[in-house]
Amino acid sequence: MSWFTRKEKGIHTPTELKKETPDGLWYQCPQCKKIMHSREHKKNSFTCVNCNYHERIGSAEYFEILFDNNTFTEFDTNLSSGDPLEFVDTKAYPDRIVASQKKTGLKDAVRNAYGKCEGIDIVVSCMDFTFIGGSMGSVVGEKIARAIDKSLETGFPLLVISRSGGARMMEAGYSLMQMAKTSARLALLSEKKVPYISLMTDPTTGGVTASFAMLGDFNIAEPASLIGFAGPRVIRETIGKDLPEGFQSAEFVLEHGFLDFIVDRKELKNQLKDLLSMISQ
Amino acid sequence: MSTYLDFEKPIAELETKLADMKQLAEENNVNVDVAVKTLEDKIKKLKKDTYGNLTRWQRVQLSRHADRPYTLDYIFAISDKFIELFGDRMVKDDKAMVGGFGEIEGETVMFIGQQKGRNTKQRQMRNFGMANPEGYRKALRLMKMAEKFNKPIVTFIDTPGAFPGMEAEERGQGEAIARNLKEMFMLKVPVICIIIGEGASGGALGIGIGDKVLMLENTWYSVISPESCSSILWRSWDYKEQAAEALKLTANDMLSAGLIDGIIKEPLGGAHTDPELMSKTIKKTILDTIKDLRLMNNDERYLSRIDKFSKMGVYKELQVKVKA
Repeated sequence: MSWFTRKEKGIHTPTELKKETPDGLWYQCPQCKKIMHSREHKKNSFTCVNCNYHERIGSAEYFEILFDNNTFTEFDTNLSSGDPLEFVDTKAYPDRIVASQKKTGLKDAVRNAYGKCEGIDIVVSCMDFTFIGGSMGSVVGEKIARAIDKSLETGFPLLVISRSGGARMMEAGYSLMQMAKTSARLALLSEKKVPYISLMTDPTTGGVTASFAMLGDFNIAEPASLIGFAGPRVIRETIGKDLPEGFQSAEFVLEHGFLDFIVDRKELKNQLKDLLSMISQ
Repeated sequence: MSTYLDFEKPIAELETKLADMKQLAEENNVNVDVAVKTLEDKIKKLKKDTYGNLTRWQRVQLSRHADRPYTLDYIFAISDKFIELFGDRMVKDDKAMVGGFGEIEGETVMFIGQQKGRNTKQRQMRNFGMANPEGYRKALRLMKMAEKFNKPIVTFIDTPGAFPGMEAEERGQGEAIARNLKEMFMLKVPVICIIIGEGASGGALGIGIGDKVLMLENTWYSVISPESCSSILWRSWDYKEQAAEALKLTANDMLSAGLIDGIIKEPLGGAHTDPELMSKTIKKTILDTIKDLRLMNNDERYLSRIDKFSKMGVYKELQVKVKA
């Protein structure tokens, strides 16, 4: 006979009362597998201390990295997707949106803010890949258009951070026209001679590459990001061959002349400051 | 001998029957006028029913019909003179994108469009109407030239997409299309874009920024082809019909969504059944539209082009309540 006997079989502690090591205390780099303290990883702008792998971060992290004292004004926060086509594939589109909103706590795949970066006023529009693959539908198109308009209105330089699989299929024709819409606003911005920096991160493909992402006065990218128009799978199927190592990497795109430079995330803020102060009038 | 699509089989059968009947009557010298008339009426009715109730997928099939006129067919049919211009002045000449100055009733127009091939050899040469970056850059070069000489631009869109190959990526397919979008917004001459077959995604949009964007009745225009959409969302190629329905990619759909400006009617059964009539209709539409667009001055025109596309999209915006 034992001192303690279970009155009932099985585990009865509700999940919320379980005591575990707090989540996210440690970070393991998916590339080199090194384990580091999360605080250390964050301090390193979410790049691996060992192999410099740039973790796919979202708007909250970029705003914190870029804006002085993490102080910024977010705008156009109340936009969310409609369902103009009543699109249903294996799931209805509004259900997908709601599920994604719940999972990410975001309204859609982009957030806009303005504030000071090393003392310089800038407008930042930053995409969130966790929201349906950072896909561009009407909300993304409209918000990027409004970020451009904010720059037009204030004269503050514009930074768009892209991380997207391309257009959002569930908005079909509407999402295609967001490519046109964002390019239309950028045409006005460039006539006004307001600087526009496009930062491409991993991954930037499809309709995003073929519109605002490639239209920067400065097209820059984070190291090793996948950047292209067609996705690697589609190209592989078209040519019937495996793609060479490093194909469509930021380094490859730089080599072929479509990037101004590649920037390490830890240097991003400094580089922006230097660049913007050199071209300011 | 015309090619019939699967849903046109009943029509094909009746037409064969009609031809047989006529031949038989001629050979045996009998009068079958009444029977012929009945059969002809039956065919007419069947055609009206079939083409009046096309599903979205059937329209996609018509847009790809093997006998359908292509860009150069229309250009030659419409213009009294045409001088084709080649090359992007950088890498090479893209045979999937054609262009040049044409003259229609005294009006000089810059024609640009994707070109498909009619037989295997031509299809290869034209790369199935899938342009590489040099094609988009050639198109832009010609558009800028049109602007320089103050001539209106007409683009014919007919592509299954921009070419997704390795060299295309190396030479910046994304950048080439993006630049076209932006530059086309700033063109100071009238721009008319007509989808004459397939309008697939960025590859179509890359020459699709116009003051007036028009679609022929049996064409499609969307962010992705029904087949690719099926393979991505359903993970199988078999749901193309459903995908076509879901994408709402026909001329009617696009017009009611406010994403295009108008539809050009096709002859019953599709453009290929009467290319001459189709070309006449397109020609008249182009001339009328140019006349309309000339009513605006250059600045008004390009700003309203920007304005039109800026308004596209559907989203919800919660109004933040202001305390009284």
